Amino acid sequence: MSPGILARYEPVIGLEVHLQLRTGTKLFCACSTRFGDPPNKNTCPVCLGLPGALPVLNRGALDLAIRAALALHATVHERSRFARKNYFYPDLPKGYQISMYEMPLATAGWLEIPLDGATKRIGITRLHMEDDAAKNLHEGFPDSDRNSYIDYNRCGVPLVEIVSEPDIRSPEEAYAYLTTLKQVLEYTGVSDCNMEEGSLRCDANVSVRRRGEDKFGTKAEVKNLNSFRYLQHALEYEIERQIGVLESSGRVEQETRLWSVAAGRTEPMRSKEFAHDYRYFPEPDLLPVHVSEALKAEILSKMPELPDAKRARFLREFQITPYDAGVLTTTRALADYFEAAVNAGAPPKSAANWIQTELLRRLNDAGKEIAESPIAPAALAELLRIIERGQITGASGKKVFAKMFETGDPASKIVAAESIGQISEAEIERACREVVEKNPDNVAKYKAGNDGVFKFFVGQVMRATRGQASPQLVNGTLKRLLS
Amino acid sequence: MKITREQVLRVAELAHLELSEAELETYSRQLDSILAYIEKLNQLDTSQVEPMAQVFSGEAHTENASAREDVPRPSDVVSAVLDIAPDPSRPYFRVPKVIDR
Repeated sequence: MSPGILARYEPVIGLEVHLQLRTGTKLFCACSTRFGDPPNKNTCPVCLGLPGALPVLNRGALDLAIRAALALHATVHERSRFARKNYFYPDLPKGYQISMYEMPLATAGWLEIPLDGATKRIGITRLHMEDDAAKNLHEGFPDSDRNSYIDYNRCGVPLVEIVSEPDIRSPEEAYAYLTTLKQVLEYTGVSDCNMEEGSLRCDANVSVRRRGEDKFGTKAEVKNLNSFRYLQHALEYEIERQIGVLESSGRVEQETRLWSVAAGRTEPMRSKEFAHDYRYFPEPDLLPVHVSEALKAEILSKMPELPDAKRARFLREFQITPYDAGVLTTTRALADYFEAAVNAGAPPKSAANWIQTELLRRLNDAGKEIAESPIAPAALAELLRIIERGQITGASGKKVFAKMFETGDPASKIVAAESIGQISEAEIERACREVVEKNPDNVAKYKAGNDGVFKFFVGQVMRATRGQASPQLVNGTLKRLLS
Repeated sequence: MKITREQVLRVAELAHLELSEAELETYSRQLDSILAYIEKLNQLDTSQVEPMAQVFSGEAHTENASAREDVPRPSDVVSAVLDIAPDPSRPYFRVPKVIDR
């Protein structure tokens, strides 16, 4: 489709994000939430929906949901209530999901996303708690053409659903919203936000309208946007599809569509004969949820520092560049690593550089997370102090770093064992003298006031010592010999 | 009759129930008498009464006293439950392939 036609329309997007809360147990029973356990190991009469079983609210899940709501500047209501959402599907043995409906936990929040060097505020309509459904396995069994297999370990795991206002105007903004939301939620520690393991899932409501039009167009709900890449591709596809429909004088249907990764397009879900009728009603087996001012204050007092605040503090306390502060606060783990290294005595600027180049590159190559780094923050700090003292050069430092990464040994041990940085002052003195004696012309130039030649001498000495001499010592020695 | 034949069929459909003509007749009559009773209750003036969704609401149950701590307690019932499941394939439950209605 031509950019001219696309430009005549404005996309309107709202995102619904489901987030698994980081609890030890399910929302309404004491079964473990551990990922990867043997199928159906973590089940009980409550999450299997056996007759007579009664749900009991997990206090830890409630605290985390409140923390998430407060981090998103939402109003947490004093009173909220669970409701039953009724539908039949084998992944939901109770015959209903316990969710919140007319009285959600929190409403009216917002999130600021980076956009073209500035920020844009995206409204958050509501945040509510609900229990997750089981995992259906439709493929991979000899009789998969006839039967589905069910693992109820995930059934009953606590989720929060976070619904944004239709404030998002492009796939790029949607991407920025989801990235920022994930970052904030990761910082608060309410979820591990792992898209691969399904702890962060995303659906989108998409419509388009003529630019300048006030009224929203008819929206389609797009499901299965479970990676950042899919989200952007699916939205781009869906926006073009709807514009195509309108341009050919058609009408956009209000429907649910599924992003097909294989086909690279959104496809209508098998149409229902009639619209869903979930027959919500208040959950009679659970008391209303009560959140006092005191509880909110307590949770707020324990709120970890959020990304924006941390970025600002890094700029202020460590005098690193805004770019460095941005990269180092991408995740809480990375920010904590940087701060721990600095607290262990690493110069902030060089810690910022080494973490962003050497450490992240090697972790990436090894497929490791920052938490699995073979080099602890204090060990990096030791290496950087050795370099700063001039005991070894930056170039040797990189070699020592590689060894540290490989073996987990401390820098001092590797420096000693490999005789790195063992070039004595006497050797440096000898090398400097030699270079000065061999280059009388340049000595004359230097003495005549050509300071630029000094670099030549340093270069020659470094070459003679194969880069292992301390630049500070070389500078000092040459200055003395040439004066 | 307060309730129409279509409404009863619709409720049955949502509950995945297939009703015979006789059952349709029975349930229509029963549902109708329930609705007639609700209608009677509706004659009371409740404009000054706070809606109540649960028997235990109100201020006596503040701060979620009935909530539990987030501590796992293994139940280990799955083997016994699979024993009585209609068509298990251990360690899974197994159901006929789901066709969306």
